[in-house]
Amino acid sequence: MEERKNQNEKIENMEIIISKTLRAGVLLSALIIFIGLILFFATKSSGYPANTYPTSVIAIIKGLMSLKPYAIIMTGLLVLILTPVFRVGVSIITFFQEKDYMYVYITSAVFIILILSFVLGKVE
Amino acid sequence: MILTSSIILLISIVAGVFGALLGLGGGIIVIPMLTLFLGVNIKYAIGASIVSVIATSSGAAVTYVRDKITNLRIGMFLEIATTTGALTGAFIAGLISSKYLYIIFGLLLLYSAFTMLKKRNEELPVGVVSQPIAKKLKLESSYYDKVLKKEIKYNVTGVNKGFGMMYIAGVISGLLGIGSGIFKVMAMDLFMRLPMKVSTATSNFMIGVTAAASAGVYLVRGDIDPKIAGPVALGVLIGATLGTKIMTNMKSTTIRKIFIPVLAYISIEMLLKGLGV
Repeated sequence: MEERKNQNEKIENMEIIISKTLRAGVLLSALIIFIGLILFFATKSSGYPANTYPTSVIAIIKGLMSLKPYAIIMTGLLVLILTPVFRVGVSIITFFQEKDYMYVYITSAVFIILILSFVLGKVE
Repeated sequence: MILTSSIILLISIVAGVFGALLGLGGGIIVIPMLTLFLGVNIKYAIGASIVSVIATSSGAAVTYVRDKITNLRIGMFLEIATTTGALTGAFIAGLISSKYLYIIFGLLLLYSAFTMLKKRNEELPVGVVSQPIAKKLKLESSYYDKVLKKEIKYNVTGVNKGFGMMYIAGVISGLLGIGSGIFKVMAMDLFMRLPMKVSTATSNFMIGVTAAASAGVYLVRGDIDPKIAGPVALGVLIGATLGTKIMTNMKSTTIRKIFIPVLAYISIEMLLKGLGV
């Protein structure tokens, strides 16, 4: 009984940690996108030639350095795209802390497949 | 320019509300609205819809995970099936005629719409006995239902069938590029017999992970246009936050009644595509 209660408490903590990391990621990306859009409307310039925008992580970071509106928006989108990956990563750590090794394996498997599809996607 | 962005923002808020409520990505609203209403090229509409899926998922998960409606273990366990399925789908693309797939899965969804219709008045699943494997994987859980004002403990069955269906859902989304949210909710509701709210919240959690796997490809390919995807992301995030508030205060039977017509609509659309109409 005592053990069960402890385990429930642990799961609760984990849910709060995951929820908080998610909230931080989501708010950060929304804020960055918002700033980028405002800057785009205010300056009436995207920082790039018509109908083009950065499509690689390096190009996005380069554009961000010179505060180009489109690059700022793309940075926010990139943060947003990474939140689920981050979420899976945090889950592995928290399952590990709970000594729930079965789910450390399961979640790690998901993480590896996720990274694998990122890599394979690049090859394509 | 500002006007177009504002329209995209408004459409996306609606998409976010429905996405969070039903465990879907909002693509079924974002794609037709952008292409038909605003004349956006389908390529950029799909890119924006991938962003919409992730925004719905992360936006909704903040609340659902905190309120313990999302079943993290079920989500992670099933995610293995979905992600490997999506990889398989990407590999066998071109080997299988998508025409038959549209027909087969259109029929499957239509069948599940009827099954759901039969149990439209069922607020919570009754008489579910947990499978031994569900106990071993610690899938059973509970959540506090704000409408029923009590803690709902639930059992889990149909683990193998659910896992198999998730794999197929992954293959389908990899092959056809359609949202797998609808298949996820269906598998959890029909096979695993989870409470409706747990199904939609867990699906919500999962769709983001699946979409993130392919989002990189879309970004590099240049399908994610900041002036479209930016307002979509903002709108969907706002909508999903509202959607979670609505969902937690809504009866499961009401959510199901909204879900059934959406299910029927998508199944008919898939059938028509398969038949080449």
